[in-house]
Amino acid sequence: MSNSVGIVTAQRAHFDTPLQFNSSAVLPQYDLVYETYGTLNADRSNAILICHALSGHHHVAGSYAEDPKNIGWWDNMIGPGKPIDTDKFFVIGLNNLGGCHGSTGPSSMDPATGKPYGSSFPIVTVEDWVHAQARLADRLGIQQFAAVIGGSLGGMQAMQWSLTYPERVRHVLAIATAPCLTTENIAFNDVARNAILTDPDFHGGDFYQYKVVPTRGLRLARMLGHITYLSDDAMAGKFGRGLRSGEYKYGYDIEFEVESYLRYQGDKFAAYFDANTYLLMTKALDYFDPARHSEHNLARAFAPIKASYLVVSFSSDWRFSPDRSREIVKALLHNRRNVSYAEIQSRHGHDSFLMQDEQYFAVMRNYLNNVAKEAA
Amino acid sequence: MNISIVQARPDFAAIAAWIPQGASVLDLGCGDGALLDYLKNTRQVRGYGVEISDLNILHCIERGVNVIQGNLDEGLSGFESNSFDFVILSQTLQATRHTEALMKEILRVGREGIVSFPNFGYWKNRMQVLLGNMPISRELPYQWYDTPNVHLCTLDDFENLCDTHEVRILARHVITGGKDVEVMPNLRGSVAVYRFKRAE
Repeated sequence: MSNSVGIVTAQRAHFDTPLQFNSSAVLPQYDLVYETYGTLNADRSNAILICHALSGHHHVAGSYAEDPKNIGWWDNMIGPGKPIDTDKFFVIGLNNLGGCHGSTGPSSMDPATGKPYGSSFPIVTVEDWVHAQARLADRLGIQQFAAVIGGSLGGMQAMQWSLTYPERVRHVLAIATAPCLTTENIAFNDVARNAILTDPDFHGGDFYQYKVVPTRGLRLARMLGHITYLSDDAMAGKFGRGLRSGEYKYGYDIEFEVESYLRYQGDKFAAYFDANTYLLMTKALDYFDPARHSEHNLARAFAPIKASYLVVSFSSDWRFSPDRSREIVKALLHNRRNVSYAEIQSRHGHDSFLMQDEQYFAVMRNYLNNVAKEAA
Repeated sequence: MNISIVQARPDFAAIAAWIPQGASVLDLGCGDGALLDYLKNTRQVRGYGVEISDLNILHCIERGVNVIQGNLDEGLSGFESNSFDFVILSQTLQATRHTEALMKEILRVGREGIVSFPNFGYWKNRMQVLLGNMPISRELPYQWYDTPNVHLCTLDDFENLCDTHEVRILARHVITGGKDVEVMPNLRGSVAVYRFKRAE
C-alpha cells in the first residue's frame, strides 16, 4: 500500500529509575517497547503520542519485515497522507506497563526473583502509565507533544496527560472515551475478571510456573467484552439468527453463526494475550476518575488543563456513549478551553473508533491539519 | 476576505457591531463558522459554535473554529447558565422547532441574545402571498415543500413574543439589500437583527 509507513521496527527503552505507582508499589526498573513513524522536526514540536486501549500495543502502523501480515492496529488512521499524517508528524506508539507485548508486565521476568512477576506485578493506573510515557518522551527529547491521541482507555490516558502535564501537551484528541466508567461498565469488567480469576488454571496469577494458561477464563472475558464493543444492530447485520448447518440441532454445540464468531474471537485472543494483563487493563479502566478528588465535579478537576481538545464520539457506542463525551466537553467549556466535538453516525458500536469512516477521518484530518500548521 | 463575508451577509455586520473586543460568544447554528471566524479575527472573541450538519462541522474544524455538534431542538443543556456574554442565533430562529423554549435557553446561557431572521412581513413576501403563492426570495430561497423554515415571523410577531416572555429588546437593526431601513421596517425590511436581554 502506497500510503503505509511501510516496514517498521520495534524499539526498547530500559529505565533504571524506580517508578512509584498510585498504589504506592514501586517498580525498580522496567522496559517500554515503542515504535516511531515520521521524522521529528528540528524544534521537536511535531510529536504525537498514540495511547492504546485495552488490547492494544506499540505496533500502531506499518508492518514488520519478518511478519508482513502483522499490520499495526491503527494503520488506517496513521501514515503518509492519512489523517495522522506521518509526512507532518513524528508519531510514537508504545506498549503500556503491565502489557504483554514487550513492555514490562506480569509475564516479564522479575530480575529480583528470576521468575515472572505474575501476581506480584503492581496494579497500574492511567496516571502511572502517563508518568511512564513522560519518561519515554524525556528519553526521546520531546518536551511537549503537538498532540496526545487515544480511543477508549487510550482517550483516558490522553486526558490524563493534559491534567498531569498541562505544559507538555498542546492538543488532546479524546475519542470514544469517558471521564470515568459507568457502573454498568465496571460490572461488565468484574464479570470478565471473575471469568479469569475463577479459572482453575489461573493459580492466583502465577500460572506461568505451572506451565498452564487460564484459557477458558480469558476466552470468556474476551467474548463478553467483544459483545459490548459491538452494537445490537451491527451483530444483527453481520450474523442475524443465521445457523451454521441451517437447522436446529437441539444441543449445546455451536449452532448460531454469532456463537461461532464469538468463540473464534475468544480463542484467537486467548492464544496470545496475557490473563494478568487483561485484569490490569480492566482495573485501570475502573479506577480512572479524575473528578474523584474534586467532589466528583469534573469541571473543577479539569481546571489545570491548558490543552485544546477534539472530542469524538460514535452514535451507536453504548459502552462509551456520546453523553459521556458531552460531559468532557461541558467540563472543558466551563474552563474556557478550546474544544470541538463531533458525534459520528456509526453502526459499529464502541469498535467504531478503529474503523474507517469518511466523516470520522475527515474530522481527524481537518483538526490535525491545523495542529500541523502550528507545529511547522 | 472578511469584508466579503460581511457583504454577503449584511446581518453579520450588524451583529459584529454589537460585540465588544474579547467577548465570549456562542453562535447557535453557526453553519460553516464564517461569523465566528470573522469575530475571532476582528474582535478577538472567545467563541464556540453549535452545529448539527456533518459537513459544517468539517468546515468549522478546518477554519480552526471551536464547534460542538448538537441539535438546538434538544436544548442547550450542554452549556452552563450565564456562561457567555452573547448567544447568537443568526438566520436560524425560523428553522427551529421549539422556538419558544430556545429563546428561554438563549437567555439562560447568555447575558444577552442576538437574533437575526428573514422578515416574513417584508412587502415583497406579502405581495407573493397576495398573488397566491408562498414567497421565494434571496432570504427565503426554498419551496414551501422543502423549506427548513417552520417558524417564520414578522418583526411585529417577534416583538410580541419578547413582550409576553419577559424579554427586553435593547436594539434593533433592519436591513434590505444591505441598506438600513428606518421607516416602516415591518413592511420595508427584509432581514431583522435584534439584541435583547432578560427583563429584570
